Amino acid sequence: MSEDIWNARDTAPEAIDSALRELLRERHAANHALVPARVLNLVVVVDRSWKGEIANRLERVGRYHASRTVLCAVEPGRTTIDARVVMSYEEPTGDALGVILEQVEIDLGDEHLTNLESVIDPIVAAEIPTMIWCPHGHIEAINALLGIADVILLDSDDEPEPALALARAAELLGSAYVVDLAWLRTTPWRERLAASFDPPERRQLLWQICTVAARHQASSAASATLLAGWLASRLDWQATPLSGNGDLHGVAHAHAHDVEVSLDSSDQVVPGLTGVTVAVRDGWSLSLDRASGGLCARRRERDGTETSWQVLGASRGEGGILGEGVRQALLRDPTYSPALACARAFCG
Amino acid sequence: MTAVAENPLVEGLERLPVHPTVLVIFGATGDLAHRKLLPALYNLAHQGALPERFELVGVSRSKYAHEEFQQIARESIERFSRTKPDPAVLDGLLSDMRYIPGVFDDDSVYAEVGRTLDDLDGKAGYPLSRVFYLSTAPQFFPVIVGELGKAGLNSAEQRDTRVVIEKPFGYDLASARRLNADVLKVFDESQVFRIDHYLGKETVQNLMAFRFANALFEPVWNRNFVDYVQITAVEDIGIEGRAGYYEGAGALRDLVQNHMLQLLALLTMEPPASFEANRLRDEKLKVLESIVPPVVESVPSMAMRSQYGPGVQAGVPARGYREEDGVAPDSRTETYAALRLQISNWRWAGVPFYLRTGKRVARKLTEIAVQLKPVPHLAFQSQGSVGVQPNQIVLTVQPDEGVSISLGAKIPGPRMRIRPVSMEFHYGTSFVSQSPEAYERLILDAMRGDATLFTRNDEIEALWGIVDPILTAWKQDTASPIPQYPAGSQGPPDANSLLAPGHAWRRL
Repeated sequence: MSEDIWNARDTAPEAIDSALRELLRERHAANHALVPARVLNLVVVVDRSWKGEIANRLERVGRYHASRTVLCAVEPGRTTIDARVVMSYEEPTGDALGVILEQVEIDLGDEHLTNLESVIDPIVAAEIPTMIWCPHGHIEAINALLGIADVILLDSDDEPEPALALARAAELLGSAYVVDLAWLRTTPWRERLAASFDPPERRQLLWQICTVAARHQASSAASATLLAGWLASRLDWQATPLSGNGDLHGVAHAHAHDVEVSLDSSDQVVPGLTGVTVAVRDGWSLSLDRASGGLCARRRERDGTETSWQVLGASRGEGGILGEGVRQALLRDPTYSPALACARAFCG
Repeated sequence: MTAVAENPLVEGLERLPVHPTVLVIFGATGDLAHRKLLPALYNLAHQGALPERFELVGVSRSKYAHEEFQQIARESIERFSRTKPDPAVLDGLLSDMRYIPGVFDDDSVYAEVGRTLDDLDGKAGYPLSRVFYLSTAPQFFPVIVGELGKAGLNSAEQRDTRVVIEKPFGYDLASARRLNADVLKVFDESQVFRIDHYLGKETVQNLMAFRFANALFEPVWNRNFVDYVQITAVEDIGIEGRAGYYEGAGALRDLVQNHMLQLLALLTMEPPASFEANRLRDEKLKVLESIVPPVVESVPSMAMRSQYGPGVQAGVPARGYREEDGVAPDSRTETYAALRLQISNWRWAGVPFYLRTGKRVARKLTEIAVQLKPVPHLAFQSQGSVGVQPNQIVLTVQPDEGVSISLGAKIPGPRMRIRPVSMEFHYGTSFVSQSPEAYERLILDAMRGDATLFTRNDEIEALWGIVDPILTAWKQDTASPIPQYPAGSQGPPDANSLLAPGHAWRRL
């Protein structure tokens, strides 16, 4: 990977924009087969001391990365803006095209955050979506950037209190499309549950579900709540507040019966869900639990017989989930908002 | 209990459910399985895209134990998978793989297949869907299908049962009809998935998105605005040691009858009411049936063939086709074919469609170029410039998937001088992501029963119907010399003879 780099101290957004254009012009003039990617702007606002950690996370997203990343590192008390622009590319061979990715790193102060739009707007590539991610909070930055944000990336599992995290996500949904990493952690589980009940003879069991038990890493209660919220919203259950200190238990009202819902923490190391069990009234149940090389599935029949098998799938890891978050910026999932509403109802 | 029509959990999911399935690959130790099918299955497993219960049974002539086949599969996957294998996923995929050795016309093989499938049903506790994937030499297709029927393995009473048949589907129109008849004696058409991996490529599917997701193009997509169309699918490589196959096939069968005519159909069909499999295939069929097949006598005026001779490829001397290993020194197999087709319908009447394919030409390229008619009146003088050229819309399938449109633009300066410029869009710059392998998409579609990207029986026969008279004419002509083109060149100059006055092949 080759890089063209521009640096400046005490600079201004116009100068950064000029540098981006000039570096692109120079590189394209030197090699016409090199062209800039135009997919997504990703604006990340982080604490200066954690800039490296976030940069490392962004490097691990795999093939799903933004075409222009603007990483703003906030340093308390700083009054000036320093910037670094990096264009990275691989020289194409033969007739192939090479794609240029752009990264802008900006060091700025907390005083810049309330007017951050005036700093960022000139720097993002026009005509493509802009996603905002503030992994260290910086609510004032999010509020300042709502005018240019098409998508907000957040992680409801980052908040210690799921109710507050989900309320914040719901609030932001009013201003932009929200991609929630806590929701994306539930994707394989939602896919497997949907597939398990897809054969026609199983579909009718969906209306007989009487128990949902989700198990989650201690810090991933929001993911578990969203999974329960998803089932409630898809199956038209009325979610009611769950109670408990840490682990949450309660019921949702289905049309003709109640569904017991429990969300219990486990000692799993990695964030996300550990397992989920869905049981129906006549004794049939399905459990999916995280295992090496995928999930371990266990099915209990009405007569009590049990079978278990491996459902194949490699773990995406947190890097893969962040990459999926970036990819989701270009898509729209209509089921998140209703699932979020039910999840909030479970939170009370 | 009330039957539920829809699964409400599916809404919003990108990955649609695939029902528990056992996949039986006939020809499981062959080259296609080795390079494509087994790696594709691993990648699906890696992504968590396989059904919650998935079993694989390999059937082939080589005598292996289950464990030996698992080791062969492991080596294939480790070598050809586009994703670095995760050991736990790979072990999980391989651990229950079964293998049944035997020749394809032996009843006992199918009895063993049946026992194995019943055993897997028993293990699952319910009937698994069955997909039989025929990845063998084409002469075994009717044999295997017949044996499956004889053994009762075609039944779809308790489960979904499907058969996937690799290309080539037939050798000419008559053999394709015979094969269709053989297959449809055993399976219902809804169970049959004739695969052309080309249709599984993202780039080919993008052709439909380009046409039907943009209002910009439809108004000019007809005989009033289009002057002519060129479809090119050429390669800079030779036959790469496949003389055994290629000598019997040739360029027309290898690429024109399937891939290129599919591109032509997708380019020229009417917009389907929906992308449901039969709606899409109905539209493709309609336009294919609008292509009037030539009579044998008129073939020389609308088709030409050629062979690569010795030449220079990328600065290195290259052998001619007749000097390739396994090729007869007097071979008449074409390595280059070009044709001019007409579509007899209201949209396209009078527009020539030029198709060309060839091996060992200057570069690898697959593209569709739509040349629009010139503007009706030119207010500008063209002195001092190359002048106003008709607009050209070029859809590149490979190597760099994209769309370019040539436009006339003013050359900066005091005079009104025009030159063509290009407005280019490259998919790679707008979707920084890796496209899935065509086989991954198609295997999943077959397991889900979605036939949209597979070829229907009538479509296959329409495709063969177009090229069959050309094959016949070329077979009958045993005397005319086959024109040669130098390896590494632009192809045979004789191909120009097919073009109408004022038309030209695009430079490769």
